[in-house]
This record gives sequence, structure tokens and C-alpha cells, in this order.
Amino acid sequence: MTRDEVRATMLRVLGEIAPEADLAALKPDVAFRDQLDLDSMDLLNVVIGLHAALGVDIPEADYSSLATPDGCVDYLLGKLQR
Amino acid sequence: MPILTVDMQAGTLTAWRKRAGDAIKRGEIIAEVETDKGLIDVEVFTTGVIESILVQAGETVPTGTVLAIIREEAGAPVSVTPSTPVQPVPVTPPTARPAPAPPRLVAEVTGRVRISPLAKKVAAELGVDPASVRGTGPGGAVTREDIERAAATRPQAPARPAEAPDRQARMRQLIGAAMARSKREIPHYYLGTTIDMSQAMTWLTEENLKRPVPERLLAGVLLIKATALALREVPELNAVWRGTEAAPSPAIHIGVAISLRGGGLVAPALHDADRRSLGDLMTGLRDLVRRARSGGLRSSELSDPTITVTSLGEQGVETVFGIIYPPQVAIVGFGKVVERPWVVEGRIEARPVLAATLSADHRVSDGHRGGLFLAAVDRLLQEPERL
Repeated sequence: MTRDEVRATMLRVLGEIAPEADLAALKPDVAFRDQLDLDSMDLLNVVIGLHAALGVDIPEADYSSLATPDGCVDYLLGKLQR
Repeated sequence: MPILTVDMQAGTLTAWRKRAGDAIKRGEIIAEVETDKGLIDVEVFTTGVIESILVQAGETVPTGTVLAIIREEAGAPVSVTPSTPVQPVPVTPPTARPAPAPPRLVAEVTGRVRISPLAKKVAAELGVDPASVRGTGPGGAVTREDIERAAATRPQAPARPAEAPDRQARMRQLIGAAMARSKREIPHYYLGTTIDMSQAMTWLTEENLKRPVPERLLAGVLLIKATALALREVPELNAVWRGTEAAPSPAIHIGVAISLRGGGLVAPALHDADRRSLGDLMTGLRDLVRRARSGGLRSSELSDPTITVTSLGEQGVETVFGIIYPPQVAIVGFGKVVERPWVVEGRIEARPVLAATLSADHRVSDGHRGGLFLAAVDRLLQEPERL
């Protein structure tokens, strides 16, 4: 899976959880929580959505790696390449 | 038009799910209503056949308006405001109300309008022009009830679904009015305690390692369950005013405060929270949050809460001082889990701790009982595996 494909999947999952969000304006290095006003339930739903879409198991201890768009893509790519 | 929350005054019937002549069963969803709390599915609390529909889709009507006539299976037709689970209960029950005020307090002359100071204040809060209201008080004075009635009927004019910004502004106005009334009329008392969350957080981490991703728990579910179980020990906090009595509810339906995107909040019920497993509560909570934010809450979920739990820890808040949501008699607040120095057997350790607060109605309980409740929440969170 390419970086662009992973990013597109991430944005699709985010779009389902926060449909009102302007995902095109997401800053790659700023925390989702600060850009999208996501709470812990949203973040759990993101993890569940990514798990369903990519088959990646994301332990709670790794949640901090998903904090920003770029961090999330990097983390998922790393998982998928293992 | 059902009264789904104490601050609801009107609603727009957006769609019927049933037609005249259709058979319906108790608990079935028969219509959708657009309110300041969003799009709500309206359940019916009787079984029978819809005889006639009185309010058409697109119409905005005040709460209490009969929407349809249902012929019950056994016999006579009943006029149905599809569900009226929340009584328009006065925040202060009649017996607790002050004696009729002497004339000098009842009305003052404002130009040609005779209006009490309280009614004048409520009119300002609700944006009602007292001059446009027919007074029913002594000497034709405009009373608070007159103002509230006028505010309730006012939304009839715009017979169109409110646009989102309007709805949010309206929601803010109604929340403000309900909370102001609560603070004015309910004698709140406030208690707080700090809870060591080491056991709970450790257990939660280990438990989530065992669970599949979609079944993971959030700490909030532990707090809801602990609250629900503690209410069994102090049942007078799990009550709603019905007329002149605040009778403890046999069921524990926790209203969970959920913030809406773009502003505002809603507190639908997690039914029977004391009797459900943590996994089941988590599934229910996820579903409630999703529907609260996207539409599709059921009318009973808005009208059934017997107490509210609010948590602002996500926003970094350490202590919450809640305002009771009428007709309930208590609200429980949780802050952020933070690491703090904690003395254990003479040693200072860093421990995750949580501030838990209780705001309760002094007409129904006192600080002693409230303290027992918070102590029970603390005790229950020390044994998370038993929740």
C-alpha cells in the first residue's frame, strides 16, 4: 500500500467520524484533537475504523503515535510493511 | 409534540414513519421530530392503529400539541402526543413554592405593562416582549408562566426546519434559560472528593489488551457504572420530580452529557446502567454518541434520565461543578485523570487521581447522604474488576 493510499484511507475514516470537518485543510503536523475537536470516543472510533479498513491492530500504548496526520500515516505504513 | 427535555418548547415534525390506518406497537418509532437537540425518533407508548394524523410533516408546533389519534387495540381512541414521558414539571414543586406574593411584588408598571420582576427577567432571558403577552396575574399582570407560554408558542411562526446556526443559538438560549431556572429554584449543595484511580487505570489497560479493538473500553464507562452502582446505595439521588414529589426511580437511567459538534450538548439516557456489563455499556455509549451527533436519538432516551453524569476531563478540566438538570435531583461531575502526589502508608507516591463532584437538590437529600454516595463511587472504583 502506498503512502497516498494509506492517507486516503485515514481521511475516509476521519470523514465518517467527523463529516463536518474540512479534511482538505488538515495540517499534517498538528494534532487531530486540536484541529478537529476530537474526543476519546472519536479517537477510539478512528482506531476501530483503521483496524477494519487496513487490518492493523493498534494497541492502546501506540495511540500517541496517531496524534497527527503525518504521524498516523507513518505509523500505519510501518505496521503494514511488517 | 412530546416534551423531550425540560427546556423544549416546540418541535418540527419532519417525517411520519407511519400512515393513518397503520397498526403500531408500543415502543415503535412512528415519526421524526427536529428539535433544538437535533433529529429525534419519536416512539409511541401504546399499541393500536393510527386513526388520523393531525400534524403534517414540515409543521412546527408547540410541545403538547396532539400529533395523531391512535385507536388502542382494546377500545376507545386516545389522542396521542406520541409520547409525553417528561411531564412539564415545575422545577420547584407547588408545595415548595412561596405563598402568593403580595400585590406590591406581583406586578410593576412598565409603561402600560404590569409585570413582576421575575417575569421581566425571564422575558429578557427568553427574548419575549412583555408588551405582546396577555397577563393572567392579578390585575392583568404578566407572570413568569405567561412569558414561558409565549416563548413556547413563538416558534410556530417559522414553519421550516431551523438552520444549523439558528438551532445552535436557540439551543444555547434554551440551555441558558433552563439552567438559570435551575440555579434560581433548586437549592443546590455541592460536594467533591479526590479518587485514587491507580487500580481502575491499571485494570483498564490490562482489560483492553485482552479485548478485540472494537470492544475496547474507555475510562468513562467505569465511571458511569460506578455511579450507577453507588446510586443503589443512595437511591434518593436517583429521582425525578413528578408533581410535588421527588420519588426515587426504580430504574437507574444515566443521562450522559455529550457535546455536539459546533456547540451545545445533549444528555440521553444509558438505560439500566447498573445492570449492564461494562462491554454492553460501552457499546451503548458508542451508539448514543454517534446518534447524538448525527441524529436518531429516541424520544425515550431524552426523557428517561434519572440523573446526569458529565465529564470534562477531555478538555483538561480537573473539577466540574454541575448544575442539576430538572426534573432530576442530582448531577455527578468527573474531571481529568491527573498524576498527583498521593500519600500511601506514610510514603508519597505519584498516582493518577480524579476529582468527582456531586451537585444535589437539598430538598431531596443532604450532604451526609451525598457524601456516602461519593464514598461509594470511590470504593467501587478501587475494585474495577467487580464493576
